[in-house]
Amino acid sequence: MTKTGPAPVPGHQDLTRLLGLMTGDEKHGPAATSTLDALWVLYDRVLRVSPASVDAPERDRFLLSKGHGPMAYYAVLAAKGFLAEELLPGFGSYDSPLGYHPDRTLLPGVEIGSGSLGHGLPLAVGTVLGLRAQGLTDPRVWVLIGDAELDEGSNHEALAYAGPAGLEQLHTLVIDNASATHGWPGGIASRFEAAGWSAETVDGRDHEAMYAAFTAPHPGRPRAVVARVEPKA
Amino acid sequence: MDTMRDRFISTTSALLDEDPRLALVLAEISRDGFDAAERRHPDRVVNVGIREQLMVGVGGGLALAGMRPIVHTFASFLVERPFEQVKLDFGHQGVGGVLVSAGASYDWPAGGFTHMSPGDVALMDTLDGWTVQVPGHPDEAETLLRDAAAGDGRVYVRLSLQSNERALPVTGPGFITVREGRGGVVIAVGPMLDNVMAATEGLDTTVLYATTVRPFDAEALRRAVAGGSAADVVLVEPYLAGTSTAVANDALYATPHRVLGLGVARRELRRYGELGEHLAAHGLDPKSLRDRISAFLTR
Repeated sequence: MTKTGPAPVPGHQDLTRLLGLMTGDEKHGPAATSTLDALWVLYDRVLRVSPASVDAPERDRFLLSKGHGPMAYYAVLAAKGFLAEELLPGFGSYDSPLGYHPDRTLLPGVEIGSGSLGHGLPLAVGTVLGLRAQGLTDPRVWVLIGDAELDEGSNHEALAYAGPAGLEQLHTLVIDNASATHGWPGGIASRFEAAGWSAETVDGRDHEAMYAAFTAPHPGRPRAVVARVEPKA
Repeated sequence: MDTMRDRFISTTSALLDEDPRLALVLAEISRDGFDAAERRHPDRVVNVGIREQLMVGVGGGLALAGMRPIVHTFASFLVERPFEQVKLDFGHQGVGGVLVSAGASYDWPAGGFTHMSPGDVALMDTLDGWTVQVPGHPDEAETLLRDAAAGDGRVYVRLSLQSNERALPVTGPGFITVREGRGGVVIAVGPMLDNVMAATEGLDTTVLYATTVRPFDAEALRRAVAGGSAADVVLVEPYLAGTSTAVANDALYATPHRVLGLGVARRELRRYGELGEHLAAHGLDPKSLRDRISAFLTR
């Protein structure tokens, strides 16, 4: 009888290999890798959700609003066991549940279908309100948006509401690769701060800095973390 | 008599007391009516300000968290302005909710075209899986709202100041046969019933009454057509003319037939005034309806 030990737990070093299993969406390639480190820190150390708890009311929620370039997201979900690695090569094909924009009805653990920009933050606000109304004040809701996605007015409706409403369970991660055509004079974080959020800007490749920013307390206020990465060339 | 919107406020306030799964999302419109409900249920009556994209997105998010959202404002700001949110934040996410509009096609004509939404049902008709309710009386509105709140699906309830004199017993999604005749079938939708009954007085036509327009009761239409001498169908809808012509055609695909779709004209009137003046301008008053229905049926 052959004895086998437990399979090695995939780590950050496996993500490049997992990403390499997906091909075809080169258009969104830079968008995919901009999120990779932040997603890893969230799923590895911050989010209280596992493949076994994707339907648990008490789970933390992660909403990928910026659905473009979801390869990093799929790679992290595969590394964490939410989806089978064998699915990755099918990325974007007719029979695959892995589209160039994710569909929550096709993938367990994917909280929203996204692709059209500016939907995730309003959905996250509603999710927080729904959790709170059910007495579920412990789960945290995270939504990832891009700096160019912030152009969409729906985000500004949501962030202007969430601050005064004191939605402490709400967390927005802005991946800033300087892709917004008109930029954000005064800084992205200032938009959130002006609306009453707790906000911080960090290096989107520095895992420890992101971890500290993701877990800093922000009593009574929603939290925004702007993670800067190399500009989209 | 209270209006459908008044009844929506009283019914929803009561439902919020009864069902902890329900949450109401507003964008300022009707907020005063819900003051008491908001005091009782501050976590489940949410006014997001004048932010309709957020309002619909919050509705979708509440549903994702396991709640049953009721989302309300004027039709033009509920369906037209945040239409992509309706499409994606409910349908594409695969979640349910209840959208309840006020204002209809021209409830407030003095407010002008910005507050008119004759195209709402046609827009909703491009989406999958929505039940569309067009009550013709506050009592019917209450019944349909209670059904919608108790369910899990996606429901659009279109309220209007225009109302029939008496409510009919709306007990299910099917059309109600109000009058039987052999020379054609007239389908009156919601608040158009009184004018249709007056217009067809003395004509040998069947009149069907529809409050649930989607799904469309194709079987009732086929039965009514089979009971007459000609497969001639007139739709009288309180929104964009022809909105249901395609579904009526589909219902009768196996039978040679004619369909006349009456309703609000596409052309922008650029008139203010009163509801009755707009009904007449669009040929939806009893006399215009009688002339148009008679001309079609005797052709």
